[in-house]
Amino acid sequence: MARTLLLVGTRKGCFVLESDEARRDWNLRGPYCENWPVYHAVYEASSGAIYAAAASEWHGSAVWRSGDLGETWTLSSEGISYGENGKRLSKVSNLAASPGRVLVGVEEPGIFKSDDDGATWSLLSTLEGQPGSEGWNDPANQPPGHLGISALMLDGDDTSRFWAIVQGVGLFETGDGGTNRAPRNTGLRADWPREHEEVGFCVHKLVRSPADPSRMYQQNHVGMHRSDDEGQTWTEITEGLPTEFGFAAAAHPHDRDTFYVVPLDPGHGRTMPDGHAAVWRTRDAGSSWQQLDNGLPTEDAYIGVLREAMAIDGYDQPGLYVGTSTGQLFASADEGDSWNEIASYLPAISSVHVVVLD
Amino acid sequence: MADVHLPATLIPLFADLPRHVEVDAGTVDEAVDQLESRWPGLRDRLCEPGPRIRTHIHFYVDQRRASLDTPLDQRSRIEVIAAISGG
Repeated sequence: MARTLLLVGTRKGCFVLESDEARRDWNLRGPYCENWPVYHAVYEASSGAIYAAAASEWHGSAVWRSGDLGETWTLSSEGISYGENGKRLSKVSNLAASPGRVLVGVEEPGIFKSDDDGATWSLLSTLEGQPGSEGWNDPANQPPGHLGISALMLDGDDTSRFWAIVQGVGLFETGDGGTNRAPRNTGLRADWPREHEEVGFCVHKLVRSPADPSRMYQQNHVGMHRSDDEGQTWTEITEGLPTEFGFAAAAHPHDRDTFYVVPLDPGHGRTMPDGHAAVWRTRDAGSSWQQLDNGLPTEDAYIGVLREAMAIDGYDQPGLYVGTSTGQLFASADEGDSWNEIASYLPAISSVHVVVLD
Repeated sequence: MADVHLPATLIPLFADLPRHVEVDAGTVDEAVDQLESRWPGLRDRLCEPGPRIRTHIHFYVDQRRASLDTPLDQRSRIEVIAAISGG
């Protein structure tokens, strides 16, 4: 019988929920990481390790690691520092783990790597020289949330090729481990003045279809977008959604045309429009959208979902998981057609990551 | 020997770290060095590059707010406080 684990990063530590293949009944354990604010928690399959990027108001940033599915944890920040060069490291915000290498994104924007299971770290890149980099370390230019590198996505287990989002600036790709990079924002929309042709786009979340690696989707500050050429060019697919704004996104594991988003009010609220909780699904690559709300609160539900807080598993009939910034965790075992609230009173949820263990 | 009193939030992060540690140091910075040598990584939990004390960590030496270069004597009591920083 397969085990299904949810790694939930919250404002007050990391939690683990566990179920079986049916994904109906869940047991919760935690909080872990000494209640540090956890911005992103992920699983690395080859080592069986959980990594959690956390930043304490008191004790600074570190990456926590558990080799036994959360029972025990260690932390390290050795090498996660800009040293005395004047750049300030406010937090670690996003992880990408592969066999032999773990990456962590930080603010001010930079990427650190560990080749020894998170024991020690070294600076991989600050993306220096990229258009926009001359200004993105100015605190006046840093978006709220202060994530810096708000997302990292590896090309499978290939650590030499990956994509990185600089919060409020755009998407970049490297094919040589981080030495050389290229902006990947062609075709995106921006409703504000930009100083550079290639950047100045607010990419919130990037996902890639496991069924077709050339297919990517992104939730942007202004609109949903699809790429059919691994991010080289983008086409907007917002029409049919209640708002153009949101953070979270998920790609169906078996169908390249199916993709999920959680549209939010784009103003200060950044909650579900009209207090009606819903996940939206396209089955035709964004030509049309379907509202999924069976089992979700559809009245007076002013809840939000952050960029790493939706996940999808790889079962034949995939399950979806959505965590809110007010601590509710919703799960669907039928591709979003129906939902259950599987945790109601967690701290504010930053990230949800699903693991299936055979 | 100066007596260092550490915050409870620090204790679970390092094996066998007690709440009270005796150090033979001339300044607060040297005291942190001694803690670091016995519990590697501890400096990073209290200080940032600069070096400077982290924003919400406060050091007091004999009841007075201290900086890293505050001198110590053999009977100094150093209290390290994880200051309240929001809910």
